[in-house]
Amino acid sequence: MAKLIQLYRSSVGKKFLMAASGIVLFGFVLGHMLGNLKLYLGPESLNRYAEWLREIGYPALPHSGFLWLFRLVVLGAVGLHILAATQLTLLNRRARPVDYRGRQVVEADYASRTMRWGGVIIALFVLYHLAHFTLGPSWAHPDFVPGDVYHNVVVGFQVPWVAGFYILANIALGFHLYHGLWSMFQSLGVDGESRQGWRRNFAVAFAWIIALANISFPVAVLTGIVS
Amino acid sequence: MRLKLQIWRQENGEAGGQFVTYELADASPEMSFLEMLDVLNEQLTERGEEPVAFEHDCREGICGSCGMMINGQAHGPMAGTATCQLHMRHFQDGDEIRIEPWRSAAFPVLKDLVVDRAPLDRIIESGGYISVNTGSARDANEILVPKPAADRAMDAAECIGCGACVAQCPNGAGQLFTSAKISHLGLLPQGQPERDRRVKRMVETMEDYFGSCSNYRECEAVCPKGISIDFIARMNRDYVKALIRGE
Amino acid sequence: MTLDAKVPSGQIQDKWDKARFDLKLVNPANKRKFKIIVVGSGLAGGSAAATLGELGYHVQCFCYQDSPRRAHSIAAQGGINAAKNYQNDGDSVWRLFYDTVKGGDFRSREANVYRLAQVSVNIIDQCVAQGVPFAREYGGLLDNRSFGGAQVSRTFYARGQTGQQLQLGAYQALARQIDAGQVEMFPRTEMLDLVVEDGRARGIVTRDMVTGEIASYSADAVVLATGGYSNVFFLSTNAKGCNATAIWRAHRRGAYFANPCYTQIHPTCIPQHGDYQSKLTLMSESLRNDGRIWVPRSVSEERAANDIPEAERDYYLERRYPAFGNLVPRDIASRAAKAVCDEGRGVGHGGRGVYLDFADAIGRLGKGAIEAKYGNLFEMYERITGEDPYTVPMRIYPAPHYTMGGLWVDYNLMSTIEGLYVIGEANFSDHGANRLGASALMQGLADGYFVLPYTIGDYLSKHMGEGPLPTGHAAFQAVETEVADRVQSLLSADGSRTVDSFHRELGALCWDACGMSRTAEGLAAAIDQIRELKGRYLKEVKVLGGNEQVNQSLEKAGRVLDYFELAELMCRDALMREESCGTHFREEYQTPEGEARRDDEKFTFVGAWEYGGPDTEPNLHRESLEFQNVPPSQRSYK
Repeated sequence: MAKLIQLYRSSVGKKFLMAASGIVLFGFVLGHMLGNLKLYLGPESLNRYAEWLREIGYPALPHSGFLWLFRLVVLGAVGLHILAATQLTLLNRRARPVDYRGRQVVEADYASRTMRWGGVIIALFVLYHLAHFTLGPSWAHPDFVPGDVYHNVVVGFQVPWVAGFYILANIALGFHLYHGLWSMFQSLGVDGESRQGWRRNFAVAFAWIIALANISFPVAVLTGIVS
Repeated sequence: MRLKLQIWRQENGEAGGQFVTYELADASPEMSFLEMLDVLNEQLTERGEEPVAFEHDCREGICGSCGMMINGQAHGPMAGTATCQLHMRHFQDGDEIRIEPWRSAAFPVLKDLVVDRAPLDRIIESGGYISVNTGSARDANEILVPKPAADRAMDAAECIGCGACVAQCPNGAGQLFTSAKISHLGLLPQGQPERDRRVKRMVETMEDYFGSCSNYRECEAVCPKGISIDFIARMNRDYVKALIRGE
Repeated sequence: MTLDAKVPSGQIQDKWDKARFDLKLVNPANKRKFKIIVVGSGLAGGSAAATLGELGYHVQCFCYQDSPRRAHSIAAQGGINAAKNYQNDGDSVWRLFYDTVKGGDFRSREANVYRLAQVSVNIIDQCVAQGVPFAREYGGLLDNRSFGGAQVSRTFYARGQTGQQLQLGAYQALARQIDAGQVEMFPRTEMLDLVVEDGRARGIVTRDMVTGEIASYSADAVVLATGGYSNVFFLSTNAKGCNATAIWRAHRRGAYFANPCYTQIHPTCIPQHGDYQSKLTLMSESLRNDGRIWVPRSVSEERAANDIPEAERDYYLERRYPAFGNLVPRDIASRAAKAVCDEGRGVGHGGRGVYLDFADAIGRLGKGAIEAKYGNLFEMYERITGEDPYTVPMRIYPAPHYTMGGLWVDYNLMSTIEGLYVIGEANFSDHGANRLGASALMQGLADGYFVLPYTIGDYLSKHMGEGPLPTGHAAFQAVETEVADRVQSLLSADGSRTVDSFHRELGALCWDACGMSRTAEGLAAAIDQIRELKGRYLKEVKVLGGNEQVNQSLEKAGRVLDYFELAELMCRDALMREESCGTHFREEYQTPEGEARRDDEKFTFVGAWEYGGPDTEPNLHRESLEFQNVPPSQRSYK
């Protein structure tokens, strides 16, 4: 523990822990996306999957026990990720108090430059997403039926601006994942032969896969492929 | 060539500064960038205006003294080129060129384009060496160094300590500089006994002055020696390992 | 005063051992009671400061750069010699010694050179232990190359940046001592004068280059490691900040200046390209291993290099020196280049250049092999000239590069002022009238790591318990006042010309009269012209800004003022030396083939000049040289 605190004290350590928490979050969005693909297999499949999530470990664990445990881990990772990012941002502002008149960006790509705001957008989106599909108050969802995930999704995405917001948020997620995944290797100290090599390919591939799959859900509902 | 130069002028560390615009009528494409500034300074002196202070020494791209932001880019537009090796043939007649000092909390401006880069020395002092007193070395060929390791170490050791990495980094981070020295020594068999201690002390000193790495890759892009950010990954790994091993 | 070189008696192989035994030691517990000032942080100064710190002395190290790492040793490209004989090609300490004495054209002190060759092997061990990433073979052993006319491969190298890597090694050792509290570092602090009291060096007076503060530092001994004075020529391969102020001020305080006319003109530099040029860039001499040097046969040649057929090219070095060809020593290569350009066959800007052609080597070894060997040099050439040397021959021309002359020191590296030691390029000791390639790095590190740390103890042990003079002492106060007055007088000069414009003029004067070839007439005229120019300088120069700030014009102004005086002495020395030897080529003294003709009868001595006073001529003292081990012969590279 003492070592962990010592690690966290340094910016190198904060980045390391951001990468570690990033792996958890990456695992979560990947699993979330894979589970949601059941949307294409019909209501039964998706709803049963949702039910199964609550039943994992039962009866060894209480109902939803695993799910809550899992949520706590994800929540912890989110918290750590945001805390470290905030502290690093403040540190970096202090380290570069005066900017140049018209700094030239030489190499940094769009994704890397939008990590902070991208992160904020994703965080806000997640809050909305929880309200929309998990809690379902009437301001967030027009016809929320607890347990009927398929219904909630299809009805929810029939509102065009909501679907649009989802699409935009997932584009942001794609960018965030691309730079995040690539950075993860750097922060964890995995240096490859070349940055244009597998580390980059990995980041590009998963950023596309997750963003495209997630975007496909609202698109499928809007175009009537799923109804 | 006719040039319009916007140069940051600042009397000293305490004074405020501002951009001043100068017209230079007779630059030539064969000149180096610093020779162009020499010509400007000659003209300023003859007019009774104080010449622009800028750091420079070897003018061969190796001492690391020179360095300025040229149109918002450290060492100017040519890749792998220190300011002193940049030549005016890469500019056009009539160009407007904006020249600013390195900006970082760790590098306060001393005058005009001259900044204080002492924190880079502090980092080396905190561990960027192999502890071997003069006279205690054994025969040089008793230490075998595989050629790839020696070459890789040399790649890192080429760093000239100019500070462009810090200047260009939006976070004012000193990771490229620090990691280059850690890697140079850490890649060699001679550097192993102090490897953990070195990385811990150097990273911790670095943290006292500089920002963190967001993997923008700006540093690598402007580095006159093309030092790779792979060394940063290496440093991160070494640092975490050193903490776990608990030296 | 007679010059006593204090060379130990006995066989040359045993002298250094004997010296080390005879030199008095300082007990380890007493070392911390001594304070030593080291001025300069290059290979010599950096290694000396680090080593003295390791030994336990309290060291204060000064440099004008913002970091000790930036000293100009960092720019050396080619390599460092050592008599390791790793390549089994017949090298030995004796051969390195022999080559260096012969290369110096029999104007160096045998005992010093032998010691240099002896400790050369320790230097490589030390540097490797420090982590200097020298080039390696696949088996993990050190690689060597042949360099600068040597017939054995004894040069160790780190790509084209050997100086950088050795410098960083010394800097890191220094940094370690700074961290340990043994060395106090003063960057951006320029030594402006030496304080001598009772015939002994007591300390220095400096100017803080940020605040302008003039301050005194007192010590038990002072070590100058401030490099050479090639910048007297304005255009040289030295860094812009390199200056002779420290050694010149010491000279004025009583240190004799030896052989100032021995200035090396390096044959392979990128030619001048315009009048605004601020410095010349060296291309490593290693290029001559594979490049062929030529000029057109015809004076009226106007075709581009690649259009000139083989039969119309003159590979003049291969023609004149068939045995050594393009690898003749520097002085010979430089003079030969000047000769063909004087004939009007030079190429490029102002006809001051010769071709260095890699077409044959690329044809023979392939572009890849050439790129692997010289890639960074080719890149550098292209960056500066905008021409691609893989397809168009390089153009090169000689440029001032290194000064063998410097403050006179005895075998123990002590100058004629007690307690003032001078090491590295700043002294005169090891290279005679010409330095061989890859020997400067060797000498700097030999002095700093392995010679001075032993010899300085002998002096210190004699002054045990005395302690440094307080800086409040009248001797310090007087020098501080002088320094402050000098700064004021430069600032108050009411002219309109820049310092650089004068420096350029001085440089051109020196280059013409005291450059690659010299005549009595030219030198005599130059002495008058230099005096006259100096007179105008003090009236017409303009230094803007004040003292209490970063003021680069002021820094330059003081240095140039000293260069005027040094330039005069350099010409005077060249005028005195009525012979040609090494880099010193007097047109009156040459063989019918145009080679240097020494006069061993009259000039086998070190010319050490004692400062006479502002308007008095200096006094010449002679240290006669004896060659018991390498009998003088006519250097022949045919």
